[in-house]
This record gives sequence, structure tokens and C-alpha cells, in this order.
Amino acid sequence: MTPEPTTTLTDVDLPETPLTTPEVPAHESASEAAANGKNGRRLSLQDLKAFYGDNEAVHGINLEYNPNEVTAMIGPSGCGKSTVLRCINRMHEEIPGAYSTGKVLLDGLDVYASDVDLTAVRRAIGMVFQKPTPFPTLSIFDNVAAGLKLAGIKGVEASDRVEWALKGAGLWNEVKDRLNSPGIGLSGGQQQRLCIARTIAVEPELILMDEPCSALDPIATLRVEELIQELKEQFTIVIVTHNMQQAARVADRTAFFLLGDLVEVGPTESIFTNPTDSRTEEYVSGKFG
Amino acid sequence: MDTPVRRILTGVAALILVIIAFFLIRLYIEARPVFSAYGATHFVFDNAWLPSKNLYGAWPLIAGTLITSAIALIIGVPIAVAAALFVTELCPRPLRATLTILVDLLAAVPSVVYGLWAVFFLIPKIKPAEQWFSDTFSFLPFVGGQVAGPNYFIAGLLLATMIIPIVSAISREVLATVPQEHKEAALALGATRWEMIRLAVLPYSRAGISGAAMLGLGRALGETIAVTLVIGNSAHLGSTIFSQGYTLAAVIANEFGEAASNPVHRASLIAAGLVLFLLTLVVNFIARFYVTRAEKKMLGGAPVAEPVATGAAA
Repeated sequence: MTPEPTTTLTDVDLPETPLTTPEVPAHESASEAAANGKNGRRLSLQDLKAFYGDNEAVHGINLEYNPNEVTAMIGPSGCGKSTVLRCINRMHEEIPGAYSTGKVLLDGLDVYASDVDLTAVRRAIGMVFQKPTPFPTLSIFDNVAAGLKLAGIKGVEASDRVEWALKGAGLWNEVKDRLNSPGIGLSGGQQQRLCIARTIAVEPELILMDEPCSALDPIATLRVEELIQELKEQFTIVIVTHNMQQAARVADRTAFFLLGDLVEVGPTESIFTNPTDSRTEEYVSGKFG
Repeated sequence: MDTPVRRILTGVAALILVIIAFFLIRLYIEARPVFSAYGATHFVFDNAWLPSKNLYGAWPLIAGTLITSAIALIIGVPIAVAAALFVTELCPRPLRATLTILVDLLAAVPSVVYGLWAVFFLIPKIKPAEQWFSDTFSFLPFVGGQVAGPNYFIAGLLLATMIIPIVSAISREVLATVPQEHKEAALALGATRWEMIRLAVLPYSRAGISGAAMLGLGRALGETIAVTLVIGNSAHLGSTIFSQGYTLAAVIANEFGEAASNPVHRASLIAAGLVLFLLTLVVNFIARFYVTRAEKKMLGGAPVAEPVATGAAA
């Protein structure tokens, strides 16, 4: 099992070196980020409803995600937390018959506005999935460069960014001598960090994680959780998790969902130690779920 | 398993091998007169098939079979894969079943009907276009000169139509095995539909599609009656893709009736059958190799780590 949750939930020790270290190749937004330290965006959901055909799975959520914080979404299966996550980068609508209403505002810009480019939304809002999904037949390098290629970034800039992203994902030292070997040859935990590298390589403004550790062993889980703490220096992070200890370890704020409703949101510590809603208390104390 | 059942099943399975072996041996014995009269090398590589002059060089037939099949693959496979991609990835749901049935229906048309359609419709309609292509691109190898009505290209085009249903059906199955996660991973990176297909779908199914193409090739190599009607039945290897030619299957269908009185002619046709059989065997082995490799790759592509329950069960 993973280590015990730390007692200082909201005050997690950050690593000495920030994500963008001086030896990192300079490309505009990264160096910008290094200059001001923070470039995560604010995300807010306004009356977000999500449907699967006629079935309303999420009933009007209003929720704010603070920049450069990790917000965890917890709740029992079928509570709508993953659906909410998939609405944020508009992946929900990929499911036949699925749609959503309401607003998803990224720094005030509605990602569902009619003049917004769908691919631009998904480039700005990166996503890490439950299972590691390195592209088969692509090398480690090409896997990380895949998103860059889609964005039209090639050549030296692309290889600089790949190196930066692999360093950011804590994978560089493990793979720097075999960048051309296939991505699927890595272990499960390495594959997931490869996918995180692929996500941050395009420098999204927000990172969504859908149970990113559920297919990983405890050691790999710990590594990814440390990585999340490093990444929030630069990105706003939303994580969906089944694992309450994980939420307690990584999240600054936690939102509890039940049956398609947002029950409660607040600082992680208070959600776990002093929830205001009795249903939250029952869930976090393990009475159901 | 019960012993009697096992014995019966083993016997039936063994019987298939015995039949194939018997085919090969019998064909070889029946074909031996022509090999002993001309030599196997001369039979395979001489460029003249004139039974009336006792010339039995099967090279025009072998080359014709390979040329028409190659044209069929070059034209048919991209169309079949495109149709499969459209049905699995792009087409609106309600249209899916209808389109699938329509493509599969192409396989239900009897091949002699395809042949007649080509003779009376395709050849006259397409000849001006072929002549234009031949004149305009005469600098290309195997292009140029006067276009014959029946020719290699027409036969290849017809074969392409005939292999589309099988290649498309297998490609659909292969494309359906691409994990949803891979497609979503591509979309989540900001890929358009087409970029997602290039990034996640095609690489994952490349080997399987190659196997589908090989099975289509198997069908194209052996197709007889439709090709017989549109190939032109020429004794010599044509110089361009718009020349008249001949194929192994077509020569057997055309000449078997008249060969009964001439033992060497008869043997030469059986030898042509033997060569065709070996050709399709080789193609099937190649297809098997590709499909096995595809399966291995899919297994190898699965995440290495077993899921570990790190919290509440799903």
C-alpha cells in the first residue's frame, strides 16, 4: 500500500528545483513561466450539465478551480466526476449521443463558445488517462513529440521541448539513452510518465488527470504523485481519483460528488477532517462508496 | 474430452492435410509429361503459350496473373481501407449498417456477372480515358502505345472491385480492435479526426490491414471467369499495362475442353494449375505471417503493469 497521508495536507513540501530550471532550453512561454513562476489558468464551471442521450448524468455544477493548485474530484462510481472532467476538454461529446450544457470558462473564455476551435481547446487543456496510452509503433521521442507535431512544432525546437517535457515528467534520466526505442517497451509507471510528458510538451494551460495511478503499482503511484506536486508550480491541475488517500496527499482543494451533484468543495484538509455535509463525512470516513 | 470425439476431430483435421497433400501430388503427377518434355524452367520462363505450335511457355500467364493482381491491390486496397475507415470512424451511426451491407453485397455478385458488366460497360466506357492516359504519360514505364479493349488494367480494375468487400470487411474488424484509449489520447492532444486516424488508428492496425490485403491478393490470383472475359487471351506477354494478356486461371478455363485429345497440352494446363496453387499457397503463408505479427504486436502493446487496487474498488 502507498505511504500514509502526510499530516500537513495543505502544506506539501515542494522540491528544491522548480520545473523550469535554468539549463532548460529557452522557449518563450516556459521562460516566461520561469520568470513569474506561475502560469496556470483559472477554470470555472457554470451550471454544467452533462447528458448521455436522455440521461442527465451531471446536474448543473458550479465549481471554481484555482490557478496553480491541484483540485481533486472524489466520489463513488457513477457520481459524475469523470464526466465533469471530460466535459472540461470537450472529450465528453466524443461519446455518441453525449452532450453538455452550461459554461466551462478558462480564464473567462468559454471553451464551448461557437467560435472556439475544438482542437485548440484540447491543446490548451491536456489530459492524462487512466491507462497509459503511448502510441504503438512510435518511439519514446516521437511519442512526446506527437502533440508538438500536431501543433506544427518541428526540428530543434521540438527536440528541445521533448527534452524539457521528459525532464519535467521525471523520465529524462531513465530514457535519455534510448529515445529511439519504442514507447511501449517502458514499464507501466514509465509509460504513464511518458504520457504526462506528452501532455506537458504542448504546454497546456490546464492538466486533467483521470485516475492517473489506477493502473500503476504503489512505487510508480508515489512517483507520479510527486510529479503532480512539481507540475502544479506551472500548471493548474484537476485530478479525478477513486483513492481518498491520494486526494489527501496531492490535492490543495477537494470536491466531493454524489449522484451527479457537487456536494461540497473546500480545502482538502477541511473536507477530510471537518466536512460540512453529512454525506461527505460518511463517504470520507468509509461508510459507503 | 471424450476419447471417441477427440479421435473423430483429429481424423477430420488430418483429412484436410491429406487432401491438400493429395492435391499437390496428383497435380504434380498429371503435370509431369510437360515438365519432362520441356523442362520445368522452360515451362515457367518461356514467353510463348501456343498449344497449336506445341509451345508451352507459361511466363505470359504467370506474369499476367501477377500484373493483374498487383493492379487490383494498388487500386482496391486503398479504397477498401478508406471505406472501412469511413464506416468505423467517420460515418454517422444510422448510416453505418447500411453502408456495411452495401459493401458486403459487392461480394454477392457472381463473378461471371462482373465479367459481363466489364465487357459490355466498363471496357467501352473507360477506353478513351485509358488512351488519353497512355498518350499523356507515355514516358512512364509500361505505359504508351495503342490501348487494347481487353487488357491487364481492365482486368486489374475489375479484380479491385471484387476484392474490395473482403479487404474492407477484414479491415473493419481490425480497425474495431483499436483501443478507445488510444484514439482519445490522440484527440486529447488536439488531433483532428484525420490526425487521430494517422496517429493512433492506422499504426495500430497496419499489420492487420496488410493481412487483409494478402487475403484479397489470394482472391485476385485465383479469380477465373471474370478475368477470362476481359484479359484478351494473348499468347505473349504484353509490353504495357494496356496490352492484352493472359492469366493462369483464364488459360485453364479457356483451353481445358480442347486439351483432352492432346496429353502434353492437358499436362501443361494441369502444370499451370500447379503453379497457381503454389502461388496462392505462398501468398497465404505471407498473410498468416502478417496476421500473427499483428496479434503479437497488439498483445505487446498492452500496458505492462497489472492494475493495482490503490483505493476503493470501482
